[in-house]
Order: sequence, then C-alpha cells, then structure tokens
Amino acid sequence: MAQVVLRNVGKVYDRKVRAVEGFNLDIRDGEFVVFVGPSGCGKSTTLRMIAGLEDITEGTVDIGGRVVNHVHPKDRDIAMVFQNYALYPHMTVFKNLAFGLMLRKMPKEEIRRRVGEAARLLGIEQLLERKPKALSGGQRQRVALGRAIVREPQVFLFDEPLSNLDAKLRVVTRTELKNLHQRLRTTTIYVTHDQEEAMTLGDRIVVMSNGRIQQVDTPLNVYRRPVNRFVAAFLGSPPMNFVEGTIAREGQRPVFVGGDWLRLALPADQPGVAADLARHEGRPLVLGFRPNAMSEHAAGKFAPPGGGNALRLATTVVEPLGDKIDVSCQTPAGQRLIARIDARDNFPAGQTIEFFLDPEHVHVFEPGEFGPNILRPPA
Amino acid sequence: MPEQPAQPRTTIVGEGRAGLPISRVAVFAGLTLFGVTAAVPFVWQILMSLATLTDVDLLTQTGFPPTLLPSNYGLVFERVPFAKYFFNSFFVAGWVTILQVITCAMAAYAFSRVQWPGREKVFLLYLGTLMIPGVVLMVPNFAVVLGLGMFNSYWGLIIPGAFSAFGTFMLRQFMLTIPTSLDEAAAIDGAGHWRIFTEVVLPLARPGVIVLAIFCFLGNYNSFFWPLILVKDVNLRTLPLGLLVFDSSYGRETPLIMAASLMAMVPPVVIFLLLNRYLVKGIQLGAVKG
Ligand SMILES: Nc1ncnc2c1ncn2[C@@H]1O[C@H](COP(=O)(O)OP(=O)(O)OP(=O)(O)O)[C@@H](O)[C@H]1O
Ligand SMILES: [Mg+2]
Repeated sequence: MAQVVLRNVGKVYDRKVRAVEGFNLDIRDGEFVVFVGPSGCGKSTTLRMIAGLEDITEGTVDIGGRVVNHVHPKDRDIAMVFQNYALYPHMTVFKNLAFGLMLRKMPKEEIRRRVGEAARLLGIEQLLERKPKALSGGQRQRVALGRAIVREPQVFLFDEPLSNLDAKLRVVTRTELKNLHQRLRTTTIYVTHDQEEAMTLGDRIVVMSNGRIQQVDTPLNVYRRPVNRFVAAFLGSPPMNFVEGTIAREGQRPVFVGGDWLRLALPADQPGVAADLARHEGRPLVLGFRPNAMSEHAAGKFAPPGGGNALRLATTVVEPLGDKIDVSCQTPAGQRLIARIDARDNFPAGQTIEFFLDPEHVHVFEPGEFGPNILRPPA
Repeated sequence: MPEQPAQPRTTIVGEGRAGLPISRVAVFAGLTLFGVTAAVPFVWQILMSLATLTDVDLLTQTGFPPTLLPSNYGLVFERVPFAKYFFNSFFVAGWVTILQVITCAMAAYAFSRVQWPGREKVFLLYLGTLMIPGVVLMVPNFAVVLGLGMFNSYWGLIIPGAFSAFGTFMLRQFMLTIPTSLDEAAAIDGAGHWRIFTEVVLPLARPGVIVLAIFCFLGNYNSFFWPLILVKDVNLRTLPLGLLVFDSSYGRETPLIMAASLMAMVPPVVIFLLLNRYLVKGIQLGAVKG
C-alpha cells in the first residue's frame, strides 16, 4: 500500500493539445479517490500518467515515496482495470489472472493459490477454464478485477470499469467494489464521468473540468459546499436549479431578488459571509438550489422565521419516482426549474402553485460557468 | 462488452417451401456453368497426362486417349530428379516463408505498436517499394546476390525472399485492429516489448500470419524467374524449372509436362483445402474481440 502524490502535473499531447494542467493532489494510503468530470476533462490522461502509460509533460508523480516519472509501468507496482477490460482473448481466465504473476517468475504453487483466492473472492471459480469470449459482460468485469487483485499491488487504478455494464449490474458491482476496498484497503484511484458513482464510491472526489481540478473533498462536502457553479451543476441529479438576480437589503437582512417574482431572505449568520454578500449587493448573481430544497408545504425547515421563501411557479410536467415526484416548473421569466417533492396522488400539472425553499440549502454564485460560491464556500 | 449472442442462422426467403423459385434455378444453373468451365482444363490436363506422345496431338479429335498410360507419372521420376525438385521447392519456399513471417511480423509490430519518431515516414518509404515492379529489381538483386557469393546456391534462392514490404503492410494492418489496451495491460502486468509481441500481439495476429504464410509459400513454390536466372546446378532446380526440362530443344513432351505439373499441383491444393478456413478468416481482417 502506498500514498500517491501529484505535484503540478500537466500533460500536453503532441506539443499542441493541453489535456491536464497544474494537477496537485495528495492521496493517502488506503484512500479511495474518484476523478470525476465531463468527457474530455483529462481524467483518463491523469490516470494514465500515474500508470505510466502516458509520458508526464510537467510535474512529478510520486508513488509510495518514490518519484516514478521515468519508471516503467511494470515497476510502479500498480494494477489497472480498463474500460473495455482488456482481457487477453486467447488466454483462459486462469491464464489471464496468472499472466502477470508468471511474468514476475512467481512459483507455480503461489500463483495457483493467489488466483484461487481472487477467484473465490469474486465468485468466478467455475469460470477459470473459459476464454473471455465465453463470458458475459459482468463476468468479464470480474475477471478484469481479479487480474488486478492477484497482483496485490500498492495502488489500484480504474478507468470507468463499470460503464459497459447495464444499469442494474452497475449498481450491484459498485457496492461490491466498495466492499472489496473495505476489505483490501488498497489505495485506489477511480475514474468515472458518472457523478452518482463518484459520490457513492469515493472517500474523496476530485471534480475536474478542462484539465484542471475544480474541487477536492469528501462527497458530502462537495455536494453541500460546491466551490463554484460548475461543481454545483455537475453533481446531483436532477441538477441544481439556477435563477439569476441580485442581492438587496431589507433592514439588516440580505435578500436575493429575482425579477419581481422572487424575494428570498438569505441566511447570513456566518460573519465572513455577510460581508461577502454585502460586497456583491446590486451586482448580477446566480441563486442555486437543488430540486430537493423545495417543498409544497411551509413546514419545518421550509418555514424559516420571518418567511420570505415562497416561490410561485407554473407546473408543467410531473414525473413520479415512487416516494418522490419530480415536478418541472416554469418561472414567470420563462426559466425551467425542477422540484423534487414528496409524492402525492393527483398532483396538479399545468397550474400555478406555491413552493417553499429551504434557505439553509441555497447557494449564491457569481455569474459565469465557473462563478465562485459566495454563500456557502468550502470550509 | 455485451455478450455476443450466437449467430442466428440466416433464413433464405422461400427456403423449405415446395418448389424452387425460378430465380434460384437460374442462380444454380449459372454456378454450375462456371464450375464446369473451371474444371474443364484440369480434366483435359489429366487426360493429356495419360496419353501417349502421339495420341496427345489427336486428343482434340478423339476426346479421350485410346490407350491409357499411367506409367507417364513414373517416367517423370526416371527422366529427371523430380523428387529432388520437389524437395528444393519445399525447402526454399519453406525457409522463405519462415523467415518472411518472422521479419514481417517483427516489422509490423514496430510499425503498429511501438512509438518512434519518423515511424509513419519510414513506413511510407517501405510501402513505396511496393510500387516498383519486381522485374526492375531483378538485375540489382542479382548483382547483390552475386556480390555476396550466393550465386547458384540455396542462400541466393532464400535470402532475397526473407523480407517483404507487402507482408509487413498486411500484418501491420492486421495488428492495428488489436486494441492497444491489451499491450497496456500486458505492460502493467510486467511484459516488455518482446513479451507483448510473442505472447499477446502475435497470437492474436495468428489469422493474418497464417494468410501471409500461405501466400508466401505458394508464391515461392511457384516462383520461376528468379530461380531461372540464379541457378545453374541441376540439383538446385525447383519444380517450375524442372518442368521446363520436358520442353527442351529435343521436342516437347506434353504428357510428361502434364503429369509432372499435376503432381506439382498437389501440395498447393492440399494446403488450400487444409487451411482455407484461415484464409477466409484472415480475409475478414480484424477478427479480434476483447
Ligand atoms: N493520444 C492523444 N492525443 C491527443 N490528444 C489526446 C489524446 N488522448 C486524449 N487527448 C485529449 O486530451 C483531453 C483529455 O482526454 P481524456 O481522455 O483524459 O479525457 P477523459 O476525461 O478521460 O474523458 P472521457 O470521460 O471521455 O473518457 C481531450 O481533449 C482529448 O481529446
Ligand atoms: Mg476517459
């Protein structure tokens, strides 16, 4: 096991294409870190630089206290699971698992023991004599996992290992992966573009965009305190709602004003925040709140002292999810919002009704795709 | 990757119905005609190989030799060292094939799996040699072989065929269809280039290698011109040269030529029958699945 430290890592392909820039990260021993971000943001590139499959243009990668920039992949003591699994089609499952151990001249007995152990752990013992062609997608995925496990490496690297599985299997395997990590405690770096996968798997998640890190934190911290509008919009499903407006002052309280239909009293109990809000008074800003920060009943957290959190919206489409429903709404300004509220029968679509916002769960961003969060910045 | 379902059997519309549609009758008639046309020269050759030297010229009128002479086949072996020619052809074509497959596979690996500066340019240069007609190369090749002291020897017959731009090109195209993530997985597993080549890429390129080997063997087995100019010694003659003996200044011995060439044809036909499933597979290039 080992820690992995990236210092100012950057990658430029063919002296032209900048894929990763200024990547700094300390991964602790035994930690499960997830790189997440939209397609093309440089997740795979970063992972492949750690694996040694891609030259490191700038900075240093350090695995277990050793700078590995010029170390061959086989000597980095890592194992990788590829998106397409990359199983050797001409070898049996046993040989696929054993190949890396044979190359390392491990005694036959030890190889058989390790392969057997990994196969038992993954429930693929009865598949050992088959070729990959004769396996289902889920079974191939397990074999790929097994090939990583038998090596007992210091670091596991995963590049979207679940994206070729169907939705149901993906969720099951996700849980198993987490389980596996809790047993083996091997440092793990996991790449995905699926925010849900990132949230559920990671001890910490690294949100990337355009080759840069946007935020690194625990899933809940990133969810609750997104550093900027990009992170806020990327994590969570359905995505966060955004409404443009400005901050005004009513007596001592800052109020977010969106057109003539929204006046939301903002909580400004933290000292630094109040001053920050005051500084942005009158400037264009963006209010952000997640669909589940809305309710049709002014009760509990949806009924702050002093009120001022009502929102009159025209409902358009209602999508039942079971115990919740997603309501698509339109603001008087014509903007689309989504509310996720408790399910009830006969929810009226096509009417204007009143919703209530939970002011403890709203965010205020400066304008622009990467506008910083000024109401709830990361602690 | 999603599970590949077993290939469903193609159902031809009309299959199993009583009576044949007129279009199918036409297709079968056409195919039969082509088949017969292709077979006629071989049948003719067999008939000629069994005729006497005098009967063979009348065969166009009689259609069938009045006396059958299977002894022509034995005569071939008595008149010339035919077994030696067979051996020479096998020996030369076999070595050329082995060497060419090795060098082409290694070059193809370097051109498809290894990153090195100028790779594409060098490959283009390599390909460029395919544009030069083989006949043009005869004289310079001959000069080189002569200079190396390989004139009139097995070396001279084998070494010039040990490399091939075409084979390199073909195997490179084949290797390009093998996912690079396999190399990467192997590299992480602890393999260097040599291991990746021998244990991952080469086994997966096998259909391509076999096709190249077949082409190469048959091409060299049949090669005529190069041995003709290179070989003086009767004992170094290959089959095509051997056949020439019967067409000498003393006259043309058609039945013996036919008998000898029929026997010479046996190995290629056997090879084709044994390996034709690889030929089909190799022609549908890129059969590798993860
Ligand atoms: N071999 C390459 N040569 C040139 N550019 C490349 C190469 N590989 C990746 N890139 C570019 O680098 C950027 C980052 O690619 P990368 O594969 O790391 O993205 P990603 O975050 O893994 O995306 P995805 O979720 O689609 O896999 C992209 O703009 C891509 O086009
Ligand atoms: Mg990727």
